[in-house]
Amino acid sequence: MNNIKNNKLIWTVLLMWLCFLAPAHAESQKEGIDVQDIVFSHIQDAYTWHITEWNGKEIAISLPVLVKSEERGWDMFLSHHLHHGKVHHNYYIASEGKHAGKVVEKNSRGEEVRPIDLSLTKNVCGLFLSCGILLFVVLRTARWYKKHPNQVPRGFTGLMEMIISYIQDGVIKESVGKDEYKPYSSYLLTVFFFILINNLIGIIPVFPGGANITGNIAVTAVLAGCTFIAVNLFATKEYWKDIFWPKAPIYLKLPLPIMPFVEFFGVFTKPFALMIRLFANIMAGHTIILALTSLIFITVSMGLLVNFGMTIVSVLFCVFMNCVELFVACLQAYIFTLLSANYIGMARIKE
Amino acid sequence: MSLLTPDSGLLFWMIVSFGIVFAILSKYGFPVIIKAVEQRKAYIDNSLETARQANEQLANIQAEGARILAEAKEKQNAILKEAFAEKEQIIDEAHRKAAAETRLQVEEATRRIREEKEKAIREVRSEIADLSIAIAEKVMKEKISRDKEQQQIIDRLLDEVSFCKS
Repeated sequence: MNNIKNNKLIWTVLLMWLCFLAPAHAESQKEGIDVQDIVFSHIQDAYTWHITEWNGKEIAISLPVLVKSEERGWDMFLSHHLHHGKVHHNYYIASEGKHAGKVVEKNSRGEEVRPIDLSLTKNVCGLFLSCGILLFVVLRTARWYKKHPNQVPRGFTGLMEMIISYIQDGVIKESVGKDEYKPYSSYLLTVFFFILINNLIGIIPVFPGGANITGNIAVTAVLAGCTFIAVNLFATKEYWKDIFWPKAPIYLKLPLPIMPFVEFFGVFTKPFALMIRLFANIMAGHTIILALTSLIFITVSMGLLVNFGMTIVSVLFCVFMNCVELFVACLQAYIFTLLSANYIGMARIKE
Repeated sequence: MSLLTPDSGLLFWMIVSFGIVFAILSKYGFPVIIKAVEQRKAYIDNSLETARQANEQLANIQAEGARILAEAKEKQNAILKEAFAEKEQIIDEAHRKAAAETRLQVEEATRRIREEKEKAIREVRSEIADLSIAIAEKVMKEKISRDKEQQQIIDRLLDEVSFCKS
């Protein structure tokens, strides 16, 4: 049984990596490779979901663009109308300037302004997809328990139970406190699985995956913001007292409130650190893998032997990095949950 | 750098989708699972406790059974012993009774025999006396009458004779 599972895991990783090479291959046909462009285009959000290029034709999913102009109100169209610098309804994708890569419009004064942009971009679609998967997975597990009361699950449900129990008992109960963890456990578990699924889907390089969701600062900002709310909205009096009148020598507090200031600043730096940590970890991982893959195409011009050697090196490093990424994906989800639980626990102190 | 500035559209969709996911999962997802797991844990604990109690009871019952068995055996032994003693006693008594009866019978028999013998002797004696008298009468009819001294002499003689014989 164990062997079979191991084999499956190895195949999954191998498949992921193979799929990863496929879209990269298409780029090798271009002359002169701009690594930075490749890497950033993969990491950043996009209005179309680029899948691959086949015989010089781009295969991509055109996603809806939803914008509200100050002058003309709401507008919605598919993103292929804006492809390759085309202008549609006076909207176009800026190629440079402050809003490079975003949909902008020319207003009546001829200035380039950014409309309110609620487009279903690649990241938004990836987000919906992973939310769907998350809902499906968790609700299916919950349904199993309803159908089989007092039974021990096997297989995937068993794995889910193991993870949930681990997070619940090892992280939430320990960090928040045994008496008060209940109202927070749903939030922390949701955060854990949300980050985990998005991280894992981000590692998959082919179509349904590959959107760099948790490596986007907007996503991590919302998560960190939720933790900020969970920490500070339900904090005890003692927590606020410790912030504004901490246990420190009086000269650090009275004429000039240094310690209160530091403590108060800490209220914001904690979630900020959460946001940056998750974002930077995931983004860096993606960047490294993309850069390593680009190595193959950079060395094409250096002759067959060098290219061949570098390909092997690159593939080996990519395999290694993907393993590390797999680990980091789980680790970052765990750390985010653990730290959130810790902050919540700190805000629930009593005398 | 555009990497570090959150995009408003994604921010909006993230808040919406995370909010929905959180709302659904905190209502129908995790609490259900955790409750089920806790319920199962309680159920297993309960079952273990019940099993332990049942085991204990079983052990008790076994001990009880062994005790009852031992008791029964003891009782049986006692009864057997009693029965044996009674048997012995009955046999003894029977023996004794039989012996007594026999003795009595023997005594009775001897007594009867003696009586019969005495009676017979008496009869014989009287018969003999009569006979003797008759004989003597006949003998002495002519010569002597039958008086007292003669009778006595005859009796004495007869006694001697009869005692010598018996």
